[in-house]
Amino acid sequence: MTLKSLQKRESDLANSNRQLDILSNGIFKNGELPTFKDKIAETNQFPLTPKKLEILQINLGYMCNQVCEHCHVDAGPDRKEIMTRETMLQCLEVIKNTKAHTLDLTGGAPEMNPDFKWFVHEASKAGIKDFIVRSNLTIIRANKKYYDLPDFFKKHNVHVISSMPHYTRGKTDKQRGSGVFDKSIKALQELNERGYGMPGSDLRLDLVYNPSGAFLPGDQAAMEKDFKKALKEDFDIDFHNLFAITNLPIARFLDYLIASENYEDYMHSLVEAYNPAAVSNVMCTNTISISWDGWLYDCDFNQMLDLKVASKVQHISEYNEDLLNDRTIKISQHCYGCTAGSGSSCQGSVA
Amino acid sequence: MQKTYYDPADLKKFGKISEWNQELGDKFFDYYSKVFEEGALSAREKSLIALAVAHTEQCPYCIDAYTKDGLQRGITKEEMMEALHVGAAIKSGATLVHGVQMMNKVNKLEM
Repeated sequence: MTLKSLQKRESDLANSNRQLDILSNGIFKNGELPTFKDKIAETNQFPLTPKKLEILQINLGYMCNQVCEHCHVDAGPDRKEIMTRETMLQCLEVIKNTKAHTLDLTGGAPEMNPDFKWFVHEASKAGIKDFIVRSNLTIIRANKKYYDLPDFFKKHNVHVISSMPHYTRGKTDKQRGSGVFDKSIKALQELNERGYGMPGSDLRLDLVYNPSGAFLPGDQAAMEKDFKKALKEDFDIDFHNLFAITNLPIARFLDYLIASENYEDYMHSLVEAYNPAAVSNVMCTNTISISWDGWLYDCDFNQMLDLKVASKVQHISEYNEDLLNDRTIKISQHCYGCTAGSGSSCQGSVA
Repeated sequence: MQKTYYDPADLKKFGKISEWNQELGDKFFDYYSKVFEEGALSAREKSLIALAVAHTEQCPYCIDAYTKDGLQRGITKEEMMEALHVGAAIKSGATLVHGVQMMNKVNKLEM
């Protein structure tokens, strides 16, 4: 049976307010666990404020060829929200003037946006130095029209960051769907053939590991060693770095936690693993997240919870970097996901 | 008073044993964390040993803890089950090797 998005299923949890209710009540209301606000206040880190802006993360749409069980975006083929060229033009105006050095394109599968290539081309011309595309790998093999993506990435010197939950077929397919592992391996081999991920190559290829269940990621360096050894021995695949990312308790992962009766234990694990040293480097301190329809958020997770930036400026059409950098960051209990253990961000560990 | 000997929630309270003897509690937990650090054996290998011993010791807290620890380290269920069979083989081997003592005794006593 193909999994559908929470939105398509008309699930209670498709509503972000319902998710925020769950995260604010229960064990966080009755005092069993401290709220994130109280926890960071213990080390005088409340309110959380931005540092120097480094990354513009643009979500090109929630449409995806995969329906992963843990997806915090609730993405899938049945999601039709994608960024229009008009909003992209507004983004390009911002890109021309921003102090951020990195453009990070995500989704859904960002490549499924019909204007994806045009946008990458225009953004390249605008002079972004570090260009990231978060590619799910299988999109490269999903349809003939995507077969040229590895060459396209190479042409624009795109830094490719791809999800790969495990180096075994079983664990990968369980989380991401049947057949995903074999397609991902093929896509990685194609990227390697273009020079991506090879030792010493400037064509950056990093992988993202996130746990396939209600547990936290292990040590990033140890996991990277295991991934490198297994992928090299079994499939002759090279890549640069592995980013270990914690699953945040929102959208489909929250739905899974509740349905499997793991929610409370998982939140206990996150709070127990809280690391105050990770707080100062969480990604919301150097990133602005832009949604498919141009709204501004502190991070992609806040975007999915519809927690818009606490600023006079809330939309790309009225973007003002100085005003935005003056804001405080919106938090809730999902933020514990970014401060557990060595911390977690779109770039992996932070502490 | 609880009606069962084991409560999964008690695992979270393990650290409290130090409250009744801080010095020995601290020494134990220092030792414990040192044991599991990367060394001549990797932390991953140690986790699998701990999982096997957790079963031979039949400690439900340890089984919960090291199953989760293994998942966090990316250890597969095939690796976990193989580790358990090592523990089980030693357990059953330890039982059966005593059979030699039984045989010695029989040989000594029987005419």
